[in-house]
Amino acid sequence: MFNNLKRKLFIIATIIGSLSMFSIPQNVSAGAHEQYFPIASSRVGPYSAMGTGYYGAQIDYMNYVNMNGGVNGVMLTWQECETEYNAVKTVECYQRLLEKDGQRIVVFDTLGTPGAYAVINRMAEDNVVLAQYGYGRTDGADGTVWPWVFNAASHYWSQIAVKLKFMAEIEGGIPNMEGKKIVHLHIDSAYGREPLPAMRAITEEWGMELVEISIPPPGLEQQSQWLQIRKEKPDWVTFWGAGSGMNSTAMTNAARVGFPRDRMMYVTFGAAEEDMYPAGDSAVGTYAVANALPGDDFPLVAAIKEQVYGAGKGNLADESRVGSVYWNRGLGAAVMWIEALKNAQEMHGKVGKAVTGAEFRDGYEALNMTTERLAEIGIENMVAPFSISCENHEGAGKFAVMQWDGEKFNQITGWEAPLDPGYIRSLVETSAAKFAEENNITPKVCS
Amino acid sequence: MGSEILFFFEVLVGGLLAGTMYSLVALGFVLIYKASATFNFAQGAMVFFAVLSFVGFMELGLPFFLAFLVTIGLMVVVGLSTERLVLRPLMNQSEDTLLMATIGLGYVLEGLAQAAWGVEVRRLDLGIPDFPIMFIADSIGIFISALDLTAGAVAAFMVISLAVLFTQTKIGLGLRAVADDPGAASSIGIPLKHIMLLVWSAAGVVALVAGCLWGARAGVQFALVDLALKALPVLIIGGFSSIPGAIVGGLIIGSTEKVLEVYIGPFFGGAIEGWAPYVLAVFFLLKRPEGLFGEKIIRRV
Repeated sequence: MFNNLKRKLFIIATIIGSLSMFSIPQNVSAGAHEQYFPIASSRVGPYSAMGTGYYGAQIDYMNYVNMNGGVNGVMLTWQECETEYNAVKTVECYQRLLEKDGQRIVVFDTLGTPGAYAVINRMAEDNVVLAQYGYGRTDGADGTVWPWVFNAASHYWSQIAVKLKFMAEIEGGIPNMEGKKIVHLHIDSAYGREPLPAMRAITEEWGMELVEISIPPPGLEQQSQWLQIRKEKPDWVTFWGAGSGMNSTAMTNAARVGFPRDRMMYVTFGAAEEDMYPAGDSAVGTYAVANALPGDDFPLVAAIKEQVYGAGKGNLADESRVGSVYWNRGLGAAVMWIEALKNAQEMHGKVGKAVTGAEFRDGYEALNMTTERLAEIGIENMVAPFSISCENHEGAGKFAVMQWDGEKFNQITGWEAPLDPGYIRSLVETSAAKFAEENNITPKVCS
Repeated sequence: MGSEILFFFEVLVGGLLAGTMYSLVALGFVLIYKASATFNFAQGAMVFFAVLSFVGFMELGLPFFLAFLVTIGLMVVVGLSTERLVLRPLMNQSEDTLLMATIGLGYVLEGLAQAAWGVEVRRLDLGIPDFPIMFIADSIGIFISALDLTAGAVAAFMVISLAVLFTQTKIGLGLRAVADDPGAASSIGIPLKHIMLLVWSAAGVVALVAGCLWGARAGVQFALVDLALKALPVLIIGGFSSIPGAIVGGLIIGSTEKVLEVYIGPFFGGAIEGWAPYVLAVFFLLKRPEGLFGEKIIRRV
């Protein structure tokens, strides 16, 4: 009997231990003058390079804000949960992180389109903002259908349009694009196919031939795809991969079949230092786009290094990654949370107090990140200036083109918008309207 | 030769070369299976653990060959620990129990590797170029890199070495006896623990070699763990207990998946090489469950 009791106690202890390992409480004692944020991180697994940098920056920024008195005195608290970039685990983490000490989260950031699709329908019901920082469901940019979903800064359809515009400039103008062949090489997932509606429409309009080739994850072996590309002899390849393994393998395979890297354009989630390094010389010349530029000389980045890392409170074990693509992207996302929180406090007369999800949503929708405001924060030129409105949840819709030189990315264009932003917007509205009709949603009327 | 036929051969050759890379991973599974009749789910994690440690030691300043030797030593320690902490307590348990234990072991190794060396993707430069050899490209129009040829040569060398070990040495005889009946083998004085240690250490070395070649091509990173999924159909086709079977299975899987992906894939929206090998494996399971070279299991009823 004693043995049985011991066994039961052991099992209970093991379960409690496992659960506590799953959600790592950090600074979670949310009170009246604290605002609680979820960190649905992906620190282990194939997408760890992305997750450690992105979520590391969010935690670093929240620490920085707290070290400087919080948001009008409201201190930030957070709790972390590991998703491994897995949609099912993202839902589990969402549920686990949803409330803490009676306070509900006001925003959720999955850093992944599959995860975003998995939780997107919970947002309105739970009064939580889904902040898709340059990823996720594109027609979420239509705020009339998706009031709780935001694409800022900039979605995939704008991204592909900016890439096609860049290619047209290299080729000497849109008329020269007629008859050109482009391969869209993508991971076999919703994320990989996300840009296709806009891409198909634009390439058709320009008289281009579009070939779609998919790669099964994890994508460490891409020989057959690249042999097809060699056979097709495209003028350009747009690469939409995920995970450093797939991303770097694409470049080594391009080198193996002799496809020029300066005719390849990488997606934002393949456009990080961690994606380029493993490919070595094969990566040199590859183009990529950014919605948040790398660099550690932006004043805010330098301040975080000095204050947070200087105090030994930095989240990244390797401080040299501060200022990298993924870290700066996470910083850009976290800055928006805090700006939205400030807006919400002011709009609802709650300065110095925690806000609700609905109030935070209003603050998010009121974001107006002018050049002056970005300069005040210390990230001028790191992200494009933007504002959000009731109808338009995309933000800037702009990207900067970069090229890898073997050591670092060099910015080679300014913040570029699609040639015809109105056309991209019409695609978004059409898609959102179709979704609304299929799901009996009455679009919100924006005054 | 017409360009279409040439292209077909290029796809075929590319598939065969990719198959040798799969075989290298599959060999580690075969070693364990031969000694304990267990499918070692941790083999993918061992590949990741071994090559990440190897690169980690080099980052600490060890020269290439010393880092390689230290990693081999580490894999022997992993083998020893596995034998002491996992296999010995589970001796005489069912195969299912051992299978579950290897799943757990895989998670432990994944976690240990990331905790010890970090999660950053590393580049591994073996000094073997992965660019087309121009002489071959110019003469027959097929793009093959030096890394492709090296992988093929390494796989052939390892198969021959392991085949000699298993068939021509007393250790090999002992291994086969243990796999056949551990109790009987032990009763006639075959040192079961030493055999297990040897096998797990050998599987660790095979994992390191496979990890080096894969790491050189795709970077040293967590996704290497998923290579185990590529090895499974190879083993089903070649036979779980056959070393030559791992090579033949790898060649069949590699060539079939590439040809199917290029010629049939577009009709299914592409990316069929993720599941096509499993369809082939199911076919083999139905027609020849022991695989091409596996031992036919006959049970008295």
